[in-house]
Amino acid sequence: MASATQETAAGHLPGPEPAAPEAGGRRLSGILVFVLSFAFAMAFWQVFSASGVVREQDLPSMTATMGELWGLVQTGSFWAAFLQTARGWAIGLGLATLLAVPIGFVLGLSDLAGRAFRVPVEFLRPIPSAALIPLLFLTLGPTLESEVFLAAFGAFWPILVQTMYGVRDVDPVAIDTARSFGVPTRERLWRITLPSAVPYIATGMRIASAVALILAFTAELFMGTPGLGKLLNYAQSYGLTTQLYALALATGVLGVCTHVLFTAAERRALRWHPSQRGEAA
Amino acid sequence: MRGRGYETVKVAAEIAVPIAIVVIWELWARSADSQFWPPPSKILQEFNDLWVFEQFRSDVVPSLMRILLGFGIGSAIGVAIGVPLGMSLWARKFAMPHIEYWRAMPPPALLPISVLLLHSIGNLQKVSFIAFFCIFPVLLNTIDGVRGLDPTLVDTARAYGIPAHERIRRIVLPAAFPQISAGMRISLSLAVIIMVVAEYFSSTSGVGYVLLISKNTFQLGPMWAAILLIGVIGYVLNLAYLLAERRMLAWHRGWRAATPQ
Repeated sequence: MASATQETAAGHLPGPEPAAPEAGGRRLSGILVFVLSFAFAMAFWQVFSASGVVREQDLPSMTATMGELWGLVQTGSFWAAFLQTARGWAIGLGLATLLAVPIGFVLGLSDLAGRAFRVPVEFLRPIPSAALIPLLFLTLGPTLESEVFLAAFGAFWPILVQTMYGVRDVDPVAIDTARSFGVPTRERLWRITLPSAVPYIATGMRIASAVALILAFTAELFMGTPGLGKLLNYAQSYGLTTQLYALALATGVLGVCTHVLFTAAERRALRWHPSQRGEAA
Repeated sequence: MRGRGYETVKVAAEIAVPIAIVVIWELWARSADSQFWPPPSKILQEFNDLWVFEQFRSDVVPSLMRILLGFGIGSAIGVAIGVPLGMSLWARKFAMPHIEYWRAMPPPALLPISVLLLHSIGNLQKVSFIAFFCIFPVLLNTIDGVRGLDPTLVDTARAYGIPAHERIRRIVLPAAFPQISAGMRISLSLAVIIMVVAEYFSSTSGVGYVLLISKNTFQLGPMWAAILLIGVIGYVLNLAYLLAERRMLAWHRGWRAATPQ
């Protein structure tokens, strides 16, 4: 019953919307709607902040925030922070993948290993990694190591669980066929099990990517590791409200960037897979 | 395949490995005697002192209330917006850029803003903040579920002159429910994470607050007890939701079993 995505409770991405198949050739109208939708939101923000429902020191106007953001993107310190956050995300996610895929492979292949580690995995998986922040702060301090550890810890579980599902979900007929043709075990794993697990691993990584970014940012906000989170923390401490809004918007843009990057990579890596080919038809 | 002997070994491993992990940790922590890594027995002792039931009402109950309220409100909003968006292509196209943006936003980035806008670090801010981020998994899954609806069902209902609100209540919502429920499960685990982050950022009560205070006062015992409790909350809520979902979707599995796929 459960699809691969919904099994993973750690992330919050229920899978990509298949690039609106209805859109077809009407690409231009799609862009037009996008622009309209964006303009509408900006206009709404401007009117709402001018209406005085919320005091100006609590909600700066759209034009002021965008001006601030424009000023920010012209400074080197902003881009340094942006890249620092992206670095924490990338190293954390990479480390998690390097660890989770082999371990998930073993736990998925061997019934015994899977059963032996079922309880620890099931117990550790739902633990919100954010709870580890104070511990990391006191042990590793506000360093890149603690940021990476946090991101990797959070990203590890979705990838692990998805890899396990993927390995277990291999078509038994394919395995039996290979076996009866005398294909050696190593070849079988490499040519059948791994490719059929790749879509699951990709899903796990997409979920893990969002988790890793959240945790990298959280580490910066709460521990003071350099990055966008630290800048945001400063803006808040010094009451620079406009900058606070501009930085939050920029963080959202980083989130969208990583998401788009991953969906595109997933689509490219899985060009051969029916779930992706179906869309083109 | 390999007989009952192998099955026994597996059951034994399933029981023995977790115990072995705890025992090794215990022995290692005792010999290392580090103040950062107390042995499990000491953590359990702290857990017992703190939560059973010393600070249960003052800190655990508020956290649970915020999680459940935020989750409930967020899910309701997600479904309420998701159904019309799932049914209308143009509304969906118009709304999608915003949905994609906000669901990609790391929640902690909005924490200071939520405090500013709501003038609160209490329940109002906590619940609204949790609710806001619980909307998206439910919303996206509702849209997907409604879009995946069998068009014959809707057309048949329309041909029989069943009014729109009845169609939504009796056909669209039940048919999309399995997927809505999958989104709600993701939202629930998200709610726990956001509760911790939001309470750790600014609050006067709750499990995240205990975490913050124990960090500031350098008390590792209560900190580990809080980490353990947060793990237990995440685990138990997920389990409870799985059980509830199994009951709510019993009809669905029966239907799936009866119809050839």
